[in-house]
Amino acid sequence: MAMRKIFQVAWKDIRLIFRDRSALTLMLLAPFVLTIGMGAITGRFSGSSTSSGVSDIPLVIVNDDSGQLGSALVEMLQSEDLDALLNPLVMTDLAAARVMVDNDNTAAAIYIPPDFTASIIPSSQLGAATQEKVVQIEFYANPTRPTSAGIVRTILEQFLSQVEIGRISGEVTVTQLLANGYINPEQAVAVGSSIGQQMVQSSGSTSSIKLINVTEGGGPVEFDTLAYIAPGMALMFLMYTVTYGGLSLIKENRQGTLARMLISPTTSTQVLSGKVIGIFLTAVAQLLILIGGTSLLFGLKWGDPLAVLALLFAAAFAATGWGMVIAAFLKTPGQVGSIGSALMLIFGLLGGSFFDISSLPGWVKTISKISPNAWGMEGFLDLAHGGSIVSVRTPVFALLSMGAVLFCAAAFWISRRGLARK
Amino acid sequence: MAVKKCIGIVPQELALYEDLTAQENLSFWGQMYGLSGRELTTRTDEVLEQIGLKDKAKQRIKTYSGGMKRRVNIGVGLLHRPRLLFMDEPTVGIDPQSRRAILDSVKELNRQGMTVLYTTHYMEEAQELSHRVGIIDHGELIALGTQSELTHQVQETDTLILHFSEYEDPQPLINALQGITGVQRVVSTNHEISIVTPSAEKLIAPVVSQADRLGIKIYSIDIREPNLEAVFLHLTGRALRD
Repeated sequence: MAMRKIFQVAWKDIRLIFRDRSALTLMLLAPFVLTIGMGAITGRFSGSSTSSGVSDIPLVIVNDDSGQLGSALVEMLQSEDLDALLNPLVMTDLAAARVMVDNDNTAAAIYIPPDFTASIIPSSQLGAATQEKVVQIEFYANPTRPTSAGIVRTILEQFLSQVEIGRISGEVTVTQLLANGYINPEQAVAVGSSIGQQMVQSSGSTSSIKLINVTEGGGPVEFDTLAYIAPGMALMFLMYTVTYGGLSLIKENRQGTLARMLISPTTSTQVLSGKVIGIFLTAVAQLLILIGGTSLLFGLKWGDPLAVLALLFAAAFAATGWGMVIAAFLKTPGQVGSIGSALMLIFGLLGGSFFDISSLPGWVKTISKISPNAWGMEGFLDLAHGGSIVSVRTPVFALLSMGAVLFCAAAFWISRRGLARK
Repeated sequence: MAVKKCIGIVPQELALYEDLTAQENLSFWGQMYGLSGRELTTRTDEVLEQIGLKDKAKQRIKTYSGGMKRRVNIGVGLLHRPRLLFMDEPTVGIDPQSRRAILDSVKELNRQGMTVLYTTHYMEEAQELSHRVGIIDHGELIALGTQSELTHQVQETDTLILHFSEYEDPQPLINALQGITGVQRVVSTNHEISIVTPSAEKLIAPVVSQADRLGIKIYSIDIREPNLEAVFLHLTGRALRD
């Protein structure tokens, strides 16, 4: 009988929230729409075969370098490996390339100046003198396409990094050969040039960037940008749902239904447990719908189903704890609404719902761990990269612990306030 | 818990879920009182019939009129067949038709054997419904008994009520009334003077004459024989609306 009443209270709350159109809009429609929107921005729905979500990035290359490195860079950008990711156009007019960037016709332009190769690889004709002249590749990024431009920039930096590594290696090699008397100064230029040729082959033969990850089992797993966006949105709006649940306790207290329940032969423990379970099950239902929906509509692979379920339940549990804390400490529906919304956005930011927080300072990442979003994101990303129930045990444990601590705090405070006492 | 099962509550404020239908509300509250299965279904149907909302049972409460909501509010209190029903001003803010329906159903419940503790500010409701009446003034029970026991306290007094137009100042008449034989107590409210007297009929002539002398026009005159309102007036020295 005791358990039955708990589930009757919970079921009533679930029915009420699923009949509230505005709540449903924010619980289900908003995360879907934002996921679609952000997916569209990143090119996820452009129809390309790549599952990275970013594809066919328009790029203009102007190569005025007559040497091997310039050609190697162009070849790499046009290589088969980067065929799905980049859509390069080779031009000869730098001014025209800039105009294309300015007019938003391309994501970025790369200008390889004359003597780029010569500035790095000493030729037998030019000798060491040319090495003193610094020639830099110019990169024009389109500010309206930060993601695409960032990807091109990263590819370029990787190429230059390989070139730099090769140049330093060559210098060290030649210096050591000279110092140990294996070659004489007349032979140094020829040896350096030879090393440079090999460097060109190694830096330009394969692309440096591939959006491919390797699972623990060793098999390759392609990463989908939606696998980042969708859990971010789902976790952020999960906080809305639990805030709404907490709000229902305050509302019931005000509208007299809480008192009416407590006047009936129902204990305060049954009522509160029912409300907590109602919020928890609503949160679980929301996540299940969002995960199921994105899987069916966008073909998103969330990862190992068992691990996804474990993480989903743990995230819903921790978020419900936050919902109860909000209900316990705040007194009016207005307070719950405004502070709940603020918390949803703060946790969304801290948890990485809007951008990757891995590049943020360490203290921000530490603070972010108070949010279920951060732990949830960590777990969902791990699963999207091919993780298993074992690899997400830390986030799952952290979320369950967070929920348990928050429930204790909420129960203590609700008892102290006499919110569910009659 | 055993006591809770025996009592039903009808709070003054509506304590219902507006996004649930009447049937769902009754079903939920029935479950809170331990009803389940066939008994729950049967009682829900019976109560819906009783409060006259069977045909609108599947509509959400928020689409109901105030009177219909009040009836559901009462229905919740009846579901588990309580032996004692507390009703706190169940007719506040509703139309006369719904009010009549509620008063009739209270009488019917009592006829069926249920004890009803009914709180109201309307003396005519108390008079119509009650076997025993308690009068509470400023949180204190100042009288308790059957209607006849209470009215017996003021049985030798009538209440003569004088009505004035809103432009009339009856204060000179109030002062003058203190000197008229037979006037026991004078209470004035907005454009109205209530005079407690052993015989209202005998007092009419001197009061009208005094008003005439003072140039105060009386709009109308009522005589009330001893009733609960008179009892309240007698006990507190104030009309109920004060």
